[in-house]
Amino acid sequence: MSASASHAKAYANAVAAKRRQLWLGLLALAVCVFFAGHAAEISVGKFLDNIGNFSSYIDRIFHLESGQWVVSDPKEWFWGWKKWLALMGETLLMAYVGTLLGALAALLLCFLASKNITERQWLVFATRRLLEFSRTVPEMVFALIFVAAFSLGPLPGILALAIHTGGALGKLFAEVVENIDMKPVDGVLASGGNWLQKVRFAVLPQVASNFASYALLRFEINVRGAAVLGFVGAGGIGQTLLEVIRKFYYADVSALLVLIIGTVMLIDTLTERVRHRLLGQERAA
Amino acid sequence: MSTSKPATTATRLSGKQWALKSRYAEHFQPFYRGHGVGLALLALALILFGYGIYSLDMTIARLVAGFGELGAMALRMLPPSPGSWALAGSYVHAMVETLAIALLGTLMAAIVAFPLGFLAARNTTLNRLVQFMARRSFDTLRGVDILIWALVWINVVGLGPFAGVLALFMSDLGSFGKLFSEAIEAADDKPVEGVMSTGGSSFATMRFGILPQLLPVLLSQVLYAFESNTRSASIIGIVGAGGIGLILSEQIRTLELQQMSFVILLILVTVSAIDYFCSRIRFAVIGARAR
Repeated sequence: MSASASHAKAYANAVAAKRRQLWLGLLALAVCVFFAGHAAEISVGKFLDNIGNFSSYIDRIFHLESGQWVVSDPKEWFWGWKKWLALMGETLLMAYVGTLLGALAALLLCFLASKNITERQWLVFATRRLLEFSRTVPEMVFALIFVAAFSLGPLPGILALAIHTGGALGKLFAEVVENIDMKPVDGVLASGGNWLQKVRFAVLPQVASNFASYALLRFEINVRGAAVLGFVGAGGIGQTLLEVIRKFYYADVSALLVLIIGTVMLIDTLTERVRHRLLGQERAA
Repeated sequence: MSTSKPATTATRLSGKQWALKSRYAEHFQPFYRGHGVGLALLALALILFGYGIYSLDMTIARLVAGFGELGAMALRMLPPSPGSWALAGSYVHAMVETLAIALLGTLMAAIVAFPLGFLAARNTTLNRLVQFMARRSFDTLRGVDILIWALVWINVVGLGPFAGVLALFMSDLGSFGKLFSEAIEAADDKPVEGVMSTGGSSFATMRFGILPQLLPVLLSQVLYAFESNTRSASIIGIVGAGGIGLILSEQIRTLELQQMSFVILLILVTVSAIDYFCSRIRFAVIGARAR
């Protein structure tokens, strides 16, 4: 057999092996999907029967009680704007306070979770598990528990946001810290600096703009989160939204959704601008 | 350095210091100079924080009472216990349902978002208007939280896991659409040009020029989304859209805390298992270089 023929054969074999793997993977996926469809009570018939309901629901939430298209009478559509704007403000404030508290906790913990800053490995391990726990438990679950402990209102919502934010940001912050340039750290240690001075003068200047950028991104996420915390009674605009959906006040549903989506998009654009400037600073430095 | 002339050493050092100070004047001026805007922003941020604490009723008394209650609850959560074997079975069943919701929602969204991603990418779209509309639609889908989608779909297909699947599908469609189109835009042009130069059709350029670059990226995004969707699917039951969330919220309301902590543990273990398997698959498919 010539060399090129054996190469061709080896290539064909490799391709066939890859193909076999692909088909096996797809088969496994198909089996999973079949059982999942059974477990999730998927019924295509029910879906097709009711899909009309979806479009008619969307249609109905954009019509006033008088049958008019909502934009024809914005005053009637946003009849409760004073109350709703106040609730939206409360939601934003919850997101802000929650993000700030969580970011502070993350700032304190991230250095303990970084292998290159903290020498005691058990401390790194313990901090990481703590952060992992606080971000793996969904914030809604924390909110449910805190509502039981602190009673209804924005306070349990803020705490739930703060804990989840602390876990998520702590991990991201620690990753940033582990990727820093270690030369400034050596410099501070060589001139006799202690742990705190090391963090303040060698680490923080390298990571501050990245931290701020991640915190802003988290704020964006938390605005969305805060808007639905009211579903479990943890403050913000969610409680009102849940009520109007459950009571079929159609036009109010669309008004609140427009308000929430608009605010979220506004916050997204604003924070994106600030983040680009922060990261630009990073690159220039 | 001799010990007999400490005075000269001191003056020489201070002379050096003076030279340093004059050369790097900006580093030796008081901190507040040159940081005016930053300090003003910081003050503003702190004032807003204070106002938030005041207006959202975060009093010390409430915090102390609440954390006391929380501590008592934490003690009553231990040890986690399912209550009985029958209950444990029902929890596992609910967890399987949760996983099924996450799998189907993620998969459906990925399949639908794949073609739409091409429409929303600058380099493969039909025209600017289509791209703009696709992008805005994805933004809107993502802007609505998954719990809100769940409530909307409950009105359409009734209570149960099916509404949860559709809710996950909607919000994932938004995020996949955005991620996929960004991945398509980031694809390298050279393989595309290579296929075109050998006379390939536009389908062939997509299949052999773009797709091989794209698939590993998309797969890793889908796997990551599956993990986070498992978490989302475990809470949508709170509004009645299937999964383990319903059990969890009922247990918290009725203060069956030992069973609640068991269910939370079950969720945590499942999510970490999914996380583990997803990263295994990710590494198997895209290799270690993706790290």
